Amino acid sequence: MRRFTWFNATSLTLGFVFLYLPMVILVIYSFNASKLVTVWAGFSTKWYGTLFQNEAFLDAAWVTVKVAVVSSTFAAVLGTMAAYVLVRGGRFMGRTLFSGMIYAPLVMPEVITGLSLLLLFIGIGFDRGMMTIILAHTTFSMCYVSVVVSSRLVSFDRSLEEAALDLGCSAFEAFRLVTLPIIAPAVISGWLLAFTLSLDDLVIASFTSGPSATTLPIKIYSAVRLGVSPEINALSTIMISIVTVGVISASLISKRAAVKQKRDEMAAERTAD
Amino acid sequence: MAQTVFAPWEEADQKPLIQFKNVTKRFGDFVAIDNLTQDIYAQEFFALLGPSGCGKTTMMRMLAGFETPTEGQILIAGHDMKGVPPNKRAVNMMFQSYALFPHLTVAENIAFGLKREGKPKPEIEDRVDEMLRLTRLEKFGKRKPHQISGGQRQRVALARSLAKAPKLLLLDEPLGALDKKLRQETQFELMDIQEKTGTTFVIVTHDQEEAMTVASRVAVMDEGQIIQVATPADIYERPNSVYVADFIGDVNIINGHATRAGDGYDIAYAEGTGKLHAKTTTDLGNEGKCALAIRPEKVSITAQKPAKVTNAVKGKIIDIAYLGNLSTYHVELKGGQMVKAQTANTRRLERRSFTWEDDVWLSWTDTAAIVLEG
Amino acid sequence: MRRFTLIAVPYFWLLVLFLVPFIIVFKISLSDTALAIPPYTPTLDLSSGWEGIRGFFAALDWENFTFLTTDDLYWKAYLSSLQIAAISTLLTLLVGYPVAYGMAQSPDEWRPTLMMLVILPFWTSFLIRVYSWMGILSNEGFLNQFLLWTGLISEPLQILNTNKAVYIGIIYTYLPFMILPIYSALEKLDASLLEAAEDLGCSRITAFWLVTIPLSKQGIIAGCFLVFIPALGEFVIPSLLGGSKTLMIGKVLWEEFFSNRDWPVASAVAVILLLILIIPIVLFQRNEQKQREAEGQ
Repeated sequence: MRRFTWFNATSLTLGFVFLYLPMVILVIYSFNASKLVTVWAGFSTKWYGTLFQNEAFLDAAWVTVKVAVVSSTFAAVLGTMAAYVLVRGGRFMGRTLFSGMIYAPLVMPEVITGLSLLLLFIGIGFDRGMMTIILAHTTFSMCYVSVVVSSRLVSFDRSLEEAALDLGCSAFEAFRLVTLPIIAPAVISGWLLAFTLSLDDLVIASFTSGPSATTLPIKIYSAVRLGVSPEINALSTIMISIVTVGVISASLISKRAAVKQKRDEMAAERTAD
Repeated sequence: MAQTVFAPWEEADQKPLIQFKNVTKRFGDFVAIDNLTQDIYAQEFFALLGPSGCGKTTMMRMLAGFETPTEGQILIAGHDMKGVPPNKRAVNMMFQSYALFPHLTVAENIAFGLKREGKPKPEIEDRVDEMLRLTRLEKFGKRKPHQISGGQRQRVALARSLAKAPKLLLLDEPLGALDKKLRQETQFELMDIQEKTGTTFVIVTHDQEEAMTVASRVAVMDEGQIIQVATPADIYERPNSVYVADFIGDVNIINGHATRAGDGYDIAYAEGTGKLHAKTTTDLGNEGKCALAIRPEKVSITAQKPAKVTNAVKGKIIDIAYLGNLSTYHVELKGGQMVKAQTANTRRLERRSFTWEDDVWLSWTDTAAIVLEG
Repeated sequence: MRRFTLIAVPYFWLLVLFLVPFIIVFKISLSDTALAIPPYTPTLDLSSGWEGIRGFFAALDWENFTFLTTDDLYWKAYLSSLQIAAISTLLTLLVGYPVAYGMAQSPDEWRPTLMMLVILPFWTSFLIRVYSWMGILSNEGFLNQFLLWTGLISEPLQILNTNKAVYIGIIYTYLPFMILPIYSALEKLDASLLEAAEDLGCSRITAFWLVTIPLSKQGIIAGCFLVFIPALGEFVIPSLLGGSKTLMIGKVLWEEFFSNRDWPVASAVAVILLLILIIPIVLFQRNEQKQREAEGQ
């Protein structure tokens, strides 16, 4: 049985303090009454109030959510297709180029992706706005989805698909009735990843957005470039809370499912006749 | 008498259900199946036995339609299977991993193939119930695959692949994932179900005991070729090659030089020793190199030279393997040849008559050994 | 037919929105700056047929790249990006390894929680995480207040708007990328190997050096690349935490594009940044490949 040694406990504590302290401070100071963000002047929720009256922020938030929902949905579909092609597609012309194009955006600096997409949109005379951000986000996040889904597909027992074919399915039916339901969790986590990436993205959105559409990260960036602002602290607190609640509940749900599965399996072996 | 024995392969007027005609399968440079021709008859329980990589799984996958032959033809019930996809074949397969759909219940798994046929719902339900009964799974229809035990999963896989009443059922190492005790029970269950349904079974296995127990005929394979096809008893008693003799069970192989003598051959196996004699129908010409295969249980071990036995050789006990019910003696003959002799332990251990370093006589009859080409 | 559609749709998407843009960047990097819309020449004019195409290619040259080598702003920016990325990768390793080690040594029932704690920041906005350090590192920020209070310093330290803040920012935001691969390598490590090493006469520390470190090498390498590659092209961190003297190529590209509106030079900067990135990316791929092969045995 492993136990915490002094050394391990210390390094873990220091590591996690480092990871979490800045965010904790941010949250605490979002309730600071003072405009001077580094001086504590008593508890107040007034910055949340001003935040919710700030039309520009609310508009940007709304645009961001719309972009994220649409682009991550596209990305989930395209990424799953791409993953299936990569893992199950066999050989076809230009396969190497295809897999290169899937992996390259993962390591590509955002400034380059953003710049190149912008130059494309200008080159073909496409007006920049929400549509262009969606196209850009779909493109890079479909690659992330594809990586998540293909790692699930690689570990997928191929004989399940063969069994479906053997029992009379066409290739498409086998995908719809067997493969898709089984890889669905991976597709969903791919969607979530794409959604988060889209919500977070500043650089690519800055390049590809037009005057008609500003996303929340762009707004935040232009607000904080000049220094710390209490309104942004409040906004950050809201965003951190949403993510924390989401991640913790997701992990609790999956933990519960794992425990149930384990219990079922043990029960099954006990009752074996 | 001849009517009661199931041996369609010996009757000239029987039409085979499956025909492999000069089938070759290559994966790149690797030859998985090498110009193979074989007939399998309806209602047979046909076992493909061999070490991993011998091509047995490839043969099965070609029958299911997951692989296509590079050359040659495969016929099922007289129809060429070329270009027929797996979902259009009256053949079902039970996968080694069982391949049960984890998101469906046991009953839904069994109904899966029937639903694809578009059968009416009550008919499907009846058939599923029938299959559940056949495999004694009535209580588990609503469970998911992870909620049942390994043995039950195996039976679900069997039920699912039998549900569509295929002409031919392929079983890929069907018992490989079960522990030994369960495997033995399940073997008989499999035979029982095969008999009840009258389906032709082709089973792939690397476990010789399993093949011998369940099959009506066993095909021993090596490097893409079938070395011998025969009933389990013939495979054991009359192997056609050193490979088969060695692969099935335990065997002593004595290499030597054969000279025709009477209705068999005299075999010289070492300098300065007497010759051995074996009756055989194998034709090696007047003389030639040969290998003599003798099963250890057919070798008697005695302290004195037995009278009236064709083959008797002297040796020294090097090792004794005590297996409980049996003991195997490793005896070194003059000239260094090792021969194993097996005896049943009908007496208690402390009254055992031989021990290490004892000089003993080994003997066997002239029909006990099989003469093979060396 | 279905197979064709399945392949064609994502393929076409990536061709149009990934590869073609890239070729455009390359083309513009060979063009000249112009006071026009779009602000570069030549533009491809297909209406004048072959002559137009020939004239178009004739007008392309390597001038922008020559310019990049002559103006020391650019090569200094490349060098300083490499330096900042390398130093912060090393620092991230020093911070991340003990954490990963501690996680791998922790009791089984703790691990999912610790794992979640490492992943959680990853789901939190990158921008916000960088921003959170602005309030800590500024002259009147949290850190300086604390240090002044303890009496360790008498004058506030200038950290924000220097390279130090950039290092901290990179370590902070990329720490999970370092911890996760090292943790997964250490987790697979069989505890009996260490016992065997000790049984054969190693002290705890020599066993760590001779067994644990070599066996987690793949994880260390993977973690380092996962930090180094994105750090090299980083924009947000140097822009928010760095000062005017912080030169990083992502920032230079951004300014060249948005402030100077010099598209051809920005494109040339991008092309060279990519060329520099290709080396670590190829090395990283090879490392991954090796690991896959080792696991496939």
